[in-house]
Order: sequence, then structure tokens, then C-alpha cells
Amino acid sequence: MTYSLDVDCLTSIRHFEGRGSYFGSSEIMAVSDMNQTIHLRVNGAGHQLEVPARRLLVDCLRYDLGLTGTKEGCSVGVCGACTVLIDGQMAASCITLAVAVDGAEITTIEGLAQDGRLHPVQQAFIDYGGFQCGICTPGQVMAAKALLDINPHPSEAEVREWMMGNLCRCTGYYKILESVVNALGSKPEATPGGSSLDSGESRNDGVG
Amino acid sequence: MNDFQFHRPASLAEVFDLLESYGGDARLMAGGTALVQQMKQRLAQPGHVVSLGGLRQTPGLASIDAAADYHGAVRIGALCTHRQVETSPVVQRQIPLLAHAFRQVATPRIRNMATAGGGLVHGDPNQDPPPALIALGASVILTSAKGQRTLPVEQLFVDYFETAVRPGEVLTGILAPPLPPGAGAAYLKFLPRTADDYATVSVAVVITPGRNNTCQDVRIALGSVGMTPVHATQAESRLRGQPMTQDTLRACADAVAEEIDPLDDYRGSAGYKREMAQVFTRRALNQALAAAGQPGRPG
Repeated sequence: MTYSLDVDCLTSIRHFEGRGSYFGSSEIMAVSDMNQTIHLRVNGAGHQLEVPARRLLVDCLRYDLGLTGTKEGCSVGVCGACTVLIDGQMAASCITLAVAVDGAEITTIEGLAQDGRLHPVQQAFIDYGGFQCGICTPGQVMAAKALLDINPHPSEAEVREWMMGNLCRCTGYYKILESVVNALGSKPEATPGGSSLDSGESRNDGVG
Repeated sequence: MNDFQFHRPASLAEVFDLLESYGGDARLMAGGTALVQQMKQRLAQPGHVVSLGGLRQTPGLASIDAAADYHGAVRIGALCTHRQVETSPVVQRQIPLLAHAFRQVATPRIRNMATAGGGLVHGDPNQDPPPALIALGASVILTSAKGQRTLPVEQLFVDYFETAVRPGEVLTGILAPPLPPGAGAAYLKFLPRTADDYATVSVAVVITPGRNNTCQDVRIALGSVGMTPVHATQAESRLRGQPMTQDTLRACADAVAEEIDPLDDYRGSAGYKREMAQVFTRRALNQALAAAGQPGRPG
């Protein structure tokens, strides 16, 4: 099957069309995707969705479910902005087909806070200033949560290795590192909001 | 991305049926990290994608066993993720070289998704596991509706992103032997840019010292130095049976230049990669020798 228009563009056009707004031309309607019914459990809530096979998980979350906390950065699985948990495992939603995770449990940034209380990682990012422009933050927080789920008190070296695939173009890595290292209160003596560059043992190897 | 039909069979038999029905229009997908990107870039435009995601419960496909019937080799199911391999106690204990090599691939997130089998059939000459697997003398298990065959890993790679997997075949496992007694190993990845990049060159060495400081056996394989991972058999023959001195190690390392054909790219010119292949082979030989006789040390 060939298309005269850019197909990736059409994916989003069809989204808007599906929402009964922007577009409704017959040419666009003529594009027939092979839709499939999938079931996802996202942040604890079950969803039945009708999606084309080519729908990426990041688009499914953002456009079909309106969960725009998950960001798309590089689109090739390198930058980490689109990080979500699939059945508890850290994954890149920009290179994951929604149909490939049919039946899975997905956790996004929207699912971390419980009963109005922020997840410790979220709180730590606030307390230690772990973000600047914020675009990479949902991915950073999800990656950090995935690490703390399997290793509640990681060393700074472990955090650095685990988070190496989460890029911050503001280059605020010191603060991010400090946020993650302190997220579960492993260092209760640290002063929230204090300078990251001269406080705490986590700085002792001159990182960066 | 072009439209396609997505299949999620629950058994290998169904996979073979789908491959039979759709032939060249079907592509297998395991972790999807490589295929989805190729499809996004329209380098691959299959009409049918056959997911192996429903087969993780199939015995042996997503597990790692030290199987007695494989002469001491560790059997790695094709659907094991890279992270499963790198964190496997069996692999870490018996073949630390392999745990180390799998850990060099991309980032933890990608290693959570990408599978060991998928990484091999992708046929990318820049991957980390192939040189280590070739140096170890590992094989792959290829299964089809008609039966199965094993193939040494170095024979799997035919050309740039092209493998010896036949139509209808599925790579179902990897057989990785432990190091020979007394042997040492090393895998070096030259990464001048970022930690998650492909190598400029990479080298895996397994060396077995013999009596009187001679080289009883050596296996050398390189990545990112041509259209496929390269098993440097000529270089090996320069050292095998010879006394091991810095001169003979250097002569062996220098000989890899004749067996590789690197491409110019932003990780280095072909000439630079050729020199670095020699430098890193020499370092890997020395590191593997230092590790010899010290089991558990990956080098």
C-alpha cells in the first residue's frame, strides 16, 4: 500500500479526525489502517482501545488516552524522554508498538502520585532541583523509579550508569543525580534545596 | 511507518505457519528495538509483523540454562533480553566475558527490551555480543518446521545486515561454551564519543597459554570493522603455537589489519579504525593473558 501523504503525519491527523475536530476530508478517510483491539492497564485503569498496528505506545498514551506527561524526544530510543514502565520494566515507548504490549500493565508519570501524595522520586526532584526546562523530567523520574524498584539505595555510580540513557539538554545532571541518590531518604542529613555541588558524600568523586 | 498486519502467535508452530504463508513480506519481531526503528525510517516495510512476544513462556525460549547435553555450554534462549543475559548468575559465573559484552550494548532501557536472538539476526556489524560469542566459539540454534540446525556464530553473518538464517527459520537459542581451562578473555570497546554509542572498533580475545609460555590457542574477533563481525583467523595463526612475547603479540595484533575493511564514518576514518583495531587487539591480548588462570575475571 502506498500513500501520497506522509504517513506519520497522517497518524496524528487521523487522531484529530478521530476526536471529531480538525480534519475530515474524504482523502484522509480513505486511508485504511488495519485496526486492532488491544487492552492496556495504564496506571491501574483498564482500557480497551482500537488502534492501527503501527501506533506507537507513546502516541497511544498521548493521543488516545490523553496522558501527555510522557514526552517524545529523539524518537529512536536514545534520549529517554519517553520512558515508561511496561510490566514494571523500564522501556522506550517511542519504539514500542502499542499492539505489541497488548495485555500489559503500563505505568506512566501520571501514575506515580498516590492519593495526592507525590512519589518520593518526584518529591526529591523538587527538593533537590532535579529539573530545568522539564521536558526530560518525566523520563528521568520514570527511569529513577525503575532503578529504585530493584535497588532502593543505589550508589551514585549505579545511578549514573542506570540513567546514562536519559539525556538532559539543559545539562542539569548534577541535580538529577542528587535527586535520585536522595530520593528514598538514604541520606536524611542532607539539606533539601541546598547546593548540590558542595553538599553530601555523593559528590566525592567529582562527577560530571 | 507503513501500515501492516500484526500477528502474535502463541507457539513456534504458528510462527512457522505464518512465515510459510507470508514469506518475504513477513518480519519477525522480538524486542522490536531494531525493527520498529527500521520501519519508522521505512528501511523495512513488511506487510506482516510476526511478534514473538507471545512465546516467552515456551520452554527454553526466554531462559538461560547450563545444559548438560550441550557439553558444558550455557544455552541462552533467543528471547532473553540483553539485561537478562548480563545479570544472569549462570552467565556471570561461567562466562563473565559474555555478561560484560552484553552490558556494553546501548543503555539499560534498550537492554531491557532488545533480545539476544534479535540482536544477532539484526546482522548489525556494530553490536557487542557477536565478537565475544565468536571468540568463545559459540553457536546459534536455528529452528524451522523441518527441524533444527546449529551454526557457528561467525557463519551467521553473511553481509551488511544480512545473515545465514534461511526463509522459515527462527533463531531460537545461543550455545555459549565456557572458557577452556586456564584461558583468559577480554572484550574491549573503543568508545571515544558517548557511553551508549557503537564502538569505533571493538575486540574480543580468548587466549589459552600453553607450556613454556607458548600460546596453545587464541581466538580473536572484532566488531565495527567491516560489513560483518570479523573472526581474525590469520592473526590467530600468527600467534598459535608461538612463544608469547611482546613482539609476537604485536605481530599478531598488527595482522588483524589485513583481515578487516572498516568504513569511514563519524566514529573515525577507515584508516584510523584500522590502526585502532591493531592497538585494541594488542591491548585485548595482554588483558586476556593477564586474566588467564584467574577464572571469574572478565578482563
